[in-house]
Amino acid sequence: MTTAYEPNVVLSTKEYDVVGTRPIRHDGVDKVTGAAKYGADFYASNMLFAKVLRSPHAHARIKSIDTTDAESLEGVRAVVTSKDFGNLPWTYERDQVMASHKVLYKGHPIAGVAAINSHIADHAISLIKVEYECLASVATVHEAMKENAPILLDDLRTEDDLGNNSESNTNVAKHIQYSTGDIEKGFNQADLIVEREFNTATVHQGYIEPSNFTVNWNQDGRLHIWLSSQGPFEIRGDAAKVLGIPVSNVKVTPMEIGGGFGAKFSVFSSPIAALLSKKTGHPVKVVNTRTEEFESSTPTPGSYLKVKIGITKSGQITSGQAYLAYEAGAYPGSPVGGGANCLFAPYDIPNQLIDGYDVVVNKPKTGAYRAPGSPNAAFAIESIVDELAEKLGMDPLNLRLMNASKSGTRRSDGVKFPRIGCIEVIEAMKSHPHYSTPLKGPNQGRGIAIGYWMNGAGESSITLTVHPDGHINLVEGSADIGGSRASISMMAAEVLGIPAESVHPSVVDTDSVGYTSGTGGSSVTHKAGIVVYQAASDVKLQLLDRAASIWGTDSNSLEMNNGVISSTSNHNLKISFEDLAAQLNDTGGPIVGRAALTTRGPGGAFAGHIIDVEVDPETGKVAILRCTAFQDCGKAIHPSYVEGQMQGGTVQGIGWALNEEYFMNEDGSMANGTFLDYRMPLALDLPMIDTVIVEVANPDHPFGVRGVGEVSIAPPLPAVANAVYGATGIRMNRLPMTPASIANITK
Amino acid sequence: MKWIDFANPTTLDEAIRLLSEHGEKARVMAGGTDLIVQLRVSPERIGNADLVIDGKGIPELNEISFSKEEGLTLGASVPCYKIYQNPTIAETYPGLIDSASLIGGIQIQGRASIGGNLCNGTPSADSIPTLIAHNVVCKIVGPGGTREVDVEDFCTGPSRTILEPNELLVSLHFPAPPKGFGARYIRFIPRNEMDIAVAGVGASVQLDEKNSVIKSARVALASVGPTPILVNEATSALVGKSPEDESAISKAGQAAKSAATPINDMRGTVEYRKHLCDVLTRRALNAAITRAKGGTIDVH
Ligand SMILES: Cc1cc2nc3c(=O)[nH]c(=O)nc-3n(C[C@H](O)[C@H](O)[C@H](O)COP(=O)(O)OP(=O)(O)OC[C@H]3O[C@@H](n4cnc5c(N)ncnc54)[C@H](O)[C@@H]3O)c2cc1C
Repeated sequence: MTTAYEPNVVLSTKEYDVVGTRPIRHDGVDKVTGAAKYGADFYASNMLFAKVLRSPHAHARIKSIDTTDAESLEGVRAVVTSKDFGNLPWTYERDQVMASHKVLYKGHPIAGVAAINSHIADHAISLIKVEYECLASVATVHEAMKENAPILLDDLRTEDDLGNNSESNTNVAKHIQYSTGDIEKGFNQADLIVEREFNTATVHQGYIEPSNFTVNWNQDGRLHIWLSSQGPFEIRGDAAKVLGIPVSNVKVTPMEIGGGFGAKFSVFSSPIAALLSKKTGHPVKVVNTRTEEFESSTPTPGSYLKVKIGITKSGQITSGQAYLAYEAGAYPGSPVGGGANCLFAPYDIPNQLIDGYDVVVNKPKTGAYRAPGSPNAAFAIESIVDELAEKLGMDPLNLRLMNASKSGTRRSDGVKFPRIGCIEVIEAMKSHPHYSTPLKGPNQGRGIAIGYWMNGAGESSITLTVHPDGHINLVEGSADIGGSRASISMMAAEVLGIPAESVHPSVVDTDSVGYTSGTGGSSVTHKAGIVVYQAASDVKLQLLDRAASIWGTDSNSLEMNNGVISSTSNHNLKISFEDLAAQLNDTGGPIVGRAALTTRGPGGAFAGHIIDVEVDPETGKVAILRCTAFQDCGKAIHPSYVEGQMQGGTVQGIGWALNEEYFMNEDGSMANGTFLDYRMPLALDLPMIDTVIVEVANPDHPFGVRGVGEVSIAPPLPAVANAVYGATGIRMNRLPMTPASIANITK
Repeated sequence: MKWIDFANPTTLDEAIRLLSEHGEKARVMAGGTDLIVQLRVSPERIGNADLVIDGKGIPELNEISFSKEEGLTLGASVPCYKIYQNPTIAETYPGLIDSASLIGGIQIQGRASIGGNLCNGTPSADSIPTLIAHNVVCKIVGPGGTREVDVEDFCTGPSRTILEPNELLVSLHFPAPPKGFGARYIRFIPRNEMDIAVAGVGASVQLDEKNSVIKSARVALASVGPTPILVNEATSALVGKSPEDESAISKAGQAAKSAATPINDMRGTVEYRKHLCDVLTRRALNAAITRAKGGTIDVH
C-alpha cells in the first residue's frame, strides 16, 4: 500500500499552540487591497522631485562639471554635485554617493537636480555638461588582477589578515586565508584528487520595488528620511556619516518594502536628496528607474573559484584547497569572506587551505544578496562532490552523509559548529519520494546539492503594551520583508497564551523604538524572537504581580497558562488575561513590557535541493521539471512564510544558474539593464516548488529558531548544473548556463 | 515636459488628412503597446512625434471578417485576443494563433494588434514570419488612394517600412487556406514568456490532395537580419518533395541557416542564431505538415 504523496511537509520536533500554525498575516489586508504604503507612495506638501546624473562611462576622470544651464531651466530649484559636501573629507562612502574626481562605473552618480516635477528634473540633468577623460576599465577579477591592470583607487593596497598592507597599487583590497590541518598530508592520504575551475557572472537581487527616498532637511538641522529599506538604523548611521551630522539629528521612517534580498542597506541617493533639500528648504523625493537600479545599486559579485578536493577510495574527504576571487565592485567589500566560510562548511574536512581575494572592478559596489558569497562557493564544491561520487561509484547523498558536518566539526574559519542539521537535511532528502522516483525520459537529469549559511543575530528592541480588551500592541524596528511581523506577533502570543490575532504589530521609525539592527543575515525571527520572548515574559510577570496585588497574595504562587492567571494554592483565585487587562488602569496603571538586547547564537542553516531537468538537445534550453527544497529551519514559527522563503530563494538560485548575468559591453557598461534582457525566471519557467521543512531546534533560541531567509538560494546553482550533467554528460563550470553554452555553441 | 496631442478620428479620410497635415510628427496608434513605450523611452526613434492618431475609432481598421471564399480580412487595429477568441479563425488559421497568443502575455494581447506588430517593423516581431508564411497582402491607404503590397515587401530595415508618412495600414488579407495547407510559428527564447525572440521561424506548406507531395512552401525568419527574411531556397528545397522526406526538411533548415544574417548581441551570437534557424525551421515545417494533414500539435 502506498500512501498519497503530500507536498510541503513539516518534519516538526516540537508542537506549540500558536507557533507552528498558519494565521493570516497582520499586514495581509493592506497588502492585498493596495492600502499598504510603500516608499514611492510617500508624498509631502511642497515636495520636489530629484533626478541623478550618472556616468555613461565605466571608468573616467571628471575634468569639469558645468551645471549652469540646468540651474537656469524653469522649474529647477537646485543642483548639487560632490562640491556640496563642503569641506568633508573624501571617503569611499561619500565618493560612492557622488563621484568627485573619477567615475568608477557606468551609473556612478555625478550630480543631482531637484525640480517641481520629475520631467523637468530629467530634462535638467541632460543639460549638465561633464567633460570626461576616459580610462581603460576592468570588468572581471581576471582583468583586475592582471599585472599592469588599470587601477581604480589610487590609495588602495592589499590588506592581509594581520592588517598588513602591500607596497604597491592594486585592485586587490584584501587577501584572507583560512588554514587547518596539513593540506599536503591530506592530499597524500587521498586516492583521488579532483581540481576544477569555476566562473560566475555578476547578478542582481531583482526586487520588484526600485529604491526610493524622500528627505527633508528641516530648518532646525534635523533630517527626516522616508524610504524603503532593510536597515533603517544602518541608514540613519550611514546618512549621518556621509553628511557629517550627528546621528541623533537623523530620523528614518521605514515604509513598506517591496523586496530587498540584501540590497536595500545602502544610503544610495538619500544624501543627494538631503543636500538638495538643504539647498531648497523643501522635502525632496528621488525614485530610481529599473535601469538605475541595475547600473548603480548593489548587485552580488561575479567570481572565479579554483577548488581541489582529495578523497579516499572509501569516500572520506581528506583535504580541501581553494582559491576564491570575488568582485567587490568599485569599492572594497565583496562577500568573499562569506564564500570562504561556506565553501567547505557542509563537510568535515580535516585539512584545509582557503585563499580569498576581494577585488575591485568597474561595476557598481556589490552588496548583500541572500547568503552573500555562499551560492558561488556552493556551485564549485557541490559540482566537485557530485563528480567525486560518480568517479567512486557512490550514491551522491551517501557520500555527503559520510562526510557531513555535525556538532563539534571545526569550520574553515576555526569556529566549532554548535548543534546543526546538516545530517538531518541529507537524510530527509534520501527518504523523500522525489529521490527514488525514476526519471521519465531521455535528455532528463536529476541533480542534488546542499549548502550552508552562517545566519546572523544582533540587536532588537521591542515594546508590548496591554490594551484594556486583552489585546497587545507590539512595537518593533525590523523592516518586514518576509512576514516577520506575523512571526514576532505569534511568539508574543505563544508566551501570553492569546491568539496571534490579538497582537497588533507596528514597525516604527528610528525615534520611536530602540536600536534594531537591519533585516539581514536571516536574523529577524531569531533576534526579535529572543527579545519578544523576554518582553512578553516581562508583561506576564507584571500581570502576575498585578493579580497578586489585587488578590493580596504572593505572586510566586500564581501562574499564567493559556491566557488565564490562577493561583496554585487557591482554586478560587482565577482571572482571564482579558478581564485583568480591563482593570489595569484602576489597579495601579498600564502595563508595558519591554526588552532590548544584542542577541547571539543564530544557529547556522543547511539546505538541500533535488532538481530534475530536461535539456532540449538541439537548443540547449533547460526545463525545470521538478524541484524539492529541504531546509533546517530550527522551528518554523509560521510555516507558510518559511516555505515562501525557501521557494523564493530557490527561484532566485535557479535564475542565477540558468539565465541571469550582467552582460557587459566592450566599453565596460552593462548592456542589459532592464527586466526584458536581465532574465529572471517567470511563472511559466518553473514548476511548483515543493518544500520539506526540517526542524533541528537551535538551542540558543527560546523556540529553536534558525534564520531561514537565505540558504535556499545556494544549492540550486550546483543542483541544476548536476542535473544538466545527468541529462547531457557535460559538466558546466560557468554561470549562467545559457542554452548556447549547454548546446556547446560558444562562439 | 512634452505635450502630446491625441486625435480620435472615425473615418479613414479624417485620419489621412491628419497624417498629411502633421507628416512625420504624427503616429497612428493601434494597441499602443509599442508606441506608448517608445513615446516615453525613445521618442527620437519615432521622430519625436507629438500627435497620436487612434485607429480604434475607424471601422476599416477594426474589421475582422472571414468567408471560405474570400479568406480573412484583419483590420490593422484588431487586438490579438479578438483573433484567438474567434472560433472560426482559431480553427482555420492555427498558424496565426501561434503568433497572436504568443505576443507579450494576456494583458498585452488585450491591446496589441498584428497590424501594429507589422508597422512597428522590428526584425524580432513575432507575427511577421507568420504573415509571410500565409501569403498575406497588406492594404495601405494614403492621400492618393489605396495600394496593395505583399507582406514580405513591407519591412525595409530595422523599424522601417514602405509606409509613407502620410499613409496608414488599413488591413491584412489572408487567402482562404485550401485543404492541405498548414502553418506554424515557433520562436526561441531562453525563458518561456515575456522575451524577444533570439530567432523565430514561420513556416507553411501546401500539400496535394493525397498529402503526398509538397506543392508549395514558405519559410520566413525573425530576429536574424535587419528585416524578417523570406527564405526562397527553403521553398526550392521542399517543392515537389514528399512531406515525409526528412532530407528535404533538413535542406530547408540548412537554407534558413544560410539565409540568416544575424548580429552578435546579448540575446545570442551569430553562430547560435544561425544554428537555431536550422533547428526551428525543421520543427516548424514538421508541425506545419502535421497541421496540413489535419492533425493537431502540442503547441507548448
Ligand atoms: C510587455 C510587452 C511584451 C511584448 N512582447 C512581445 C512579443 O512577445 N512579441 C512581439 O513581437 N512583440 C512584443 N511586444 C511588442 C508589441 O506588443 C507588439 O509589437 C504589438 O503587436 C504591437 O501592436 P500594437 O497594436 O500595440 O501597436 P502600436 O504600439 O499601437 O503601434 C506600433 C507601431 O505601428 C504604428 N502603427 C500602428 N498602427 C498603424 C497603422 N494602422 N498604420 C500605420 N502605422 C501604424 C505605430 O505608429 C507604431 O509605430 C511586447 C510589448 C510589451 C510592452
